[in-house]
Amino acid sequence: MKAIVTVIGKDQVGIIAGVCALMAERNINVLDISQTVMQEYFTMIMMVDLTLYSGSFEELQSCLDVWGRERNLSIRIQREDIFEAMHRI
Amino acid sequence: MLNTGEILQTIEMLDQQHLDIRTITMGINLLDCADADLDICAEKIHEKITRMAKDLVKTGEDIQSEFGIPIVNKRISVTPISLVAASTGADDYVKIALALEQAAQDTGVNFIGGFSALVHKGMTASDRVLINSLPKALSLTEHICASVNVATTRAGINMDAVGLMGETIIRIAEETADRDSLGCAKLTVFANAVEDNPFMAGAFHGTGEGDAVINVGVSGPGVIHHALRSIKGKRFDDVSEVIKKTAFKITRMGELVAQEAARRLNVPFGIVDLSLAPTPAIGDSVARILEEMGLETCGTHGTTAALALLNDAVKKGGVMASSHVGGLSGAFIPVSEDEGMIAASQKGVLNMDKLEAMTCVCSVGLDMIAVPGDTDASTIAAIMADEAAIGVINNKTTACRLIPVIGKGVGEVAVFGGLLGTAPVIPVHKESSRDFIARGGRIPAPLHSLRN
Repeated sequence: MKAIVTVIGKDQVGIIAGVCALMAERNINVLDISQTVMQEYFTMIMMVDLTLYSGSFEELQSCLDVWGRERNLSIRIQREDIFEAMHRI
Repeated sequence: MLNTGEILQTIEMLDQQHLDIRTITMGINLLDCADADLDICAEKIHEKITRMAKDLVKTGEDIQSEFGIPIVNKRISVTPISLVAASTGADDYVKIALALEQAAQDTGVNFIGGFSALVHKGMTASDRVLINSLPKALSLTEHICASVNVATTRAGINMDAVGLMGETIIRIAEETADRDSLGCAKLTVFANAVEDNPFMAGAFHGTGEGDAVINVGVSGPGVIHHALRSIKGKRFDDVSEVIKKTAFKITRMGELVAQEAARRLNVPFGIVDLSLAPTPAIGDSVARILEEMGLETCGTHGTTAALALLNDAVKKGGVMASSHVGGLSGAFIPVSEDEGMIAASQKGVLNMDKLEAMTCVCSVGLDMIAVPGDTDASTIAAIMADEAAIGVINNKTTACRLIPVIGKGVGEVAVFGGLLGTAPVIPVHKESSRDFIARGGRIPAPLHSLRN
């Protein structure tokens, strides 16, 4: 299963490193990353592959949420299907 | 690969424009729960619903979390109870309503719809028992919704039933007078009711359906409103295009959730209902879409045309996005549940006559409208007869959810809370329709040629 992680918030050192570390600890492969900084606001979109991840989606979600909150970032993870459904015929 | 703009657009729709799945509704056939004994029948109903829908709420929550799309309601619709309970021969179905209430609480769903009777041509003894049970049933339960179909294009209008429903609505209002007559908000009186509607209060599981089915209702007035803001002053051709494209995206999301829910629950997928269902939240209003098209206040001249365009474009955009479309599909105009409608009726611009005209082109009808508590039963019946006539002649579903708020008059406000919202009491015509309703009988089915 593929999922999209989005991180939005004030730019700071170590966002990508931190999120990638969280993924690596869970055996989640990062497939693609794009990021921009607009007017100090950081937006990162990351596609990940959950095939080898053995935990639950909820656990992953809450761990990202906690990590994000500590740094004043909004992080969400959603299955890729929802974006495909909306934007691809 | 998806691009950044697309991903952020979806997230913005979810975060800021109130895009959500309004409901996942599981339809459950209860015909096999019939029994000669009322208690056993009630027990069978409770057992079947709690067995079939035991994972419904959990599944909805799982999908919400994995896909990141809010699923506001998890609901159940059942076979019209007047059919299921007929063999009991009981003279009161309140016990069945209480069994349904217990099932709603045990499964954790927001509503169970289907405390219903289909009486568009005639009324069985069981239909009459059900209608007579409505005041107590709707007062003693919190999660049960009722509906009565009083007319169809093929059968005409059962005016005896319309008259009886007028009186029944007053009785329900009185029975729930301590809650601003809330009981009436849980009853829909239909013409051309549909069998696969996932929305309340009018959902029931039709006899043409299978044993169980998953129907999904989407929403998203805020998304359409936002999209229209980007084309201020453009021609209607552009307005229609933008609505179609946006409705397509919203519906694709509904289709995905419907297919996923059906798969996980191992229940066949029924339909996606392409509806724009507003909520009282700011930025989630159908009225504000109409105003965005250039109307100073919803209800002024031009409102019907604007709504016609909106309703048609939503269907055109949505129909391509789903494999099966059904239910009520279109724009809802429930006054108490729409922040812009509440404001327009408080200003006095949106009145009963304009609302009636709007129902000729919207998806349902006179929905969640508070009228003075001293309104005569025959006036309520006459309003419903007008609405049924619009449905019957135009071959569309129409419905009435009128709330005579006991103890309140024009200018006062009824507060229902939650999604049901707040309704300013609006005036009805004072002139009597009593002799008209007293005639009874049936208004014959209309001719469908020589269309003018």
